[in-house]
Amino acid sequence: MSRVVGVLALQGAFEAHQHVLRELGFETVQVRTPAELELVDALVMPGGESTTMSHLLVTSGLFESIDARLKQGMPVFGTCAGMILLAQGVLDGRSDQKSFGAIDIDVKRNAYGRQIDSFETDIAVDGFVDDFHAVFIRAPQIARYGDGVTVLARHGQDVVLARQGSVMVASFHPELTSDMRIHSLFTGLLQEV
Amino acid sequence: MGHARLVGTLIAMTTSKGNSASGPMRVNRGLAEMLKGGVIMDVVNPEQAKIAEDAGATAVMALERVPADIRRDGGVARMSDPEMIEGIKAVVTIPVMAKARIGHFVEAQILEALGVDFIDESEVLTPADETHHIDKFAFTSPFVCGATNLGEALRRISEGAALIRSKGEAGTGNVVEAVRHLRSIFGDIRRITQADSAELFDWAKKLGAPLPLVQEIAETGKLQVPIFCAGGIATPADAALAMQLGAEAVFVGSGIFKSDDPSPRAKAIVQATAHFRDAHVLAKVSRNLGAPMTGIGMDKINERYADRGW
Repeated sequence: MSRVVGVLALQGAFEAHQHVLRELGFETVQVRTPAELELVDALVMPGGESTTMSHLLVTSGLFESIDARLKQGMPVFGTCAGMILLAQGVLDGRSDQKSFGAIDIDVKRNAYGRQIDSFETDIAVDGFVDDFHAVFIRAPQIARYGDGVTVLARHGQDVVLARQGSVMVASFHPELTSDMRIHSLFTGLLQEV
Repeated sequence: MGHARLVGTLIAMTTSKGNSASGPMRVNRGLAEMLKGGVIMDVVNPEQAKIAEDAGATAVMALERVPADIRRDGGVARMSDPEMIEGIKAVVTIPVMAKARIGHFVEAQILEALGVDFIDESEVLTPADETHHIDKFAFTSPFVCGATNLGEALRRISEGAALIRSKGEAGTGNVVEAVRHLRSIFGDIRRITQADSAELFDWAKKLGAPLPLVQEIAETGKLQVPIFCAGGIATPADAALAMQLGAEAVFVGSGIFKSDDPSPRAKAIVQATAHFRDAHVLAKVSRNLGAPMTGIGMDKINERYADRGW
């Protein structure tokens, strides 16, 4: 049976993720409503503005439905703002900002500074032969991670790619390069569940 | 930088995927990607900036006067006071943009020094140079530029713009000009994808745009950078219209803070932009918003800002 990978499409870089997923041979669906969520076997939460997405998750009714699917073990991959939405704690979030608490990490938003401090660098990823070229844009930082979290890549001391069960997060943007290995790592989770 | 080399650099930065670039251009086009599907709101003080962020704006544009007031006051409109821009940066966590005059590269240098996240080389301010736009490759910060047609968009991209927006008449509350720009740009892109290789030379000549960029559009069917709508958006329906025409996000200037009740209108425009194809959502969020900005017809304006820029 072919698997459908949804991309949360309330705001942000959802089309870039769809492009990579299609190249990998997956059918993808833009998810803006609870009904669209029912069509998917896994979900990507893209980069964008986490405050905007947090608002729209509540008004669209998607917050509860995604929360329920996450509790059932739906594989999910959050990049940048998507990682903030999946985190247990947001250290400098707005008081009304909601997150799913699906992975045992605390994050700091915009920890690397403003756009002028955005950067690209090669990182070593667990299990990859060659380095991965990572693009960091006003990136969040994982300030704490629990024992159940597997670290997959670091930049300096900072964890930038991690996994706990069927939840994977990256503080950078694998959808902005043509290297599809990190998306493959995620779609590999579909085989496990 | 010579023209041939500049175009060579652009081509090297852009693959057939249309979303790969290198150097500062990749992180700058990347930030533009992150703003897609969102609403960027003009604000003139920290209180408005908070209202915008609370309503779900993806970014704010910090300026001293909204375009409707610039139009009313006349005179020379310049970059905002750095103190005012910093006051806004201090109260929000979302990206902050600010405007420099067309060709005024020193205003842009100042905005970069202030750590502004995106610089708008804007026709809403009085142009500082009648021939040249800013060489945007000389900066680390990303630039957004306006365009009324595809040729203008490609000239701005060839100068290093990371994001293109329509150049609808700011401060009028009238969306007709922005619609014309979007239709012109997307219409020409569609026609170019149907052209044969010989016709592309003529397209480049007619558009006044670098041939390699025209050839690339023929191949990919899309602009090299994201394209947003700006100018005249006053209602949730206006925002959804721009999105259905192909814009990937919207700027709202005077339309929010010149309306009767800014906060609910701002929230409604955010929802309309995210759910732009869902008429039921649009019907729901369009209710009870109070009066939109009054607006003016195109025959009543004495100066067209869209004519500024070359």
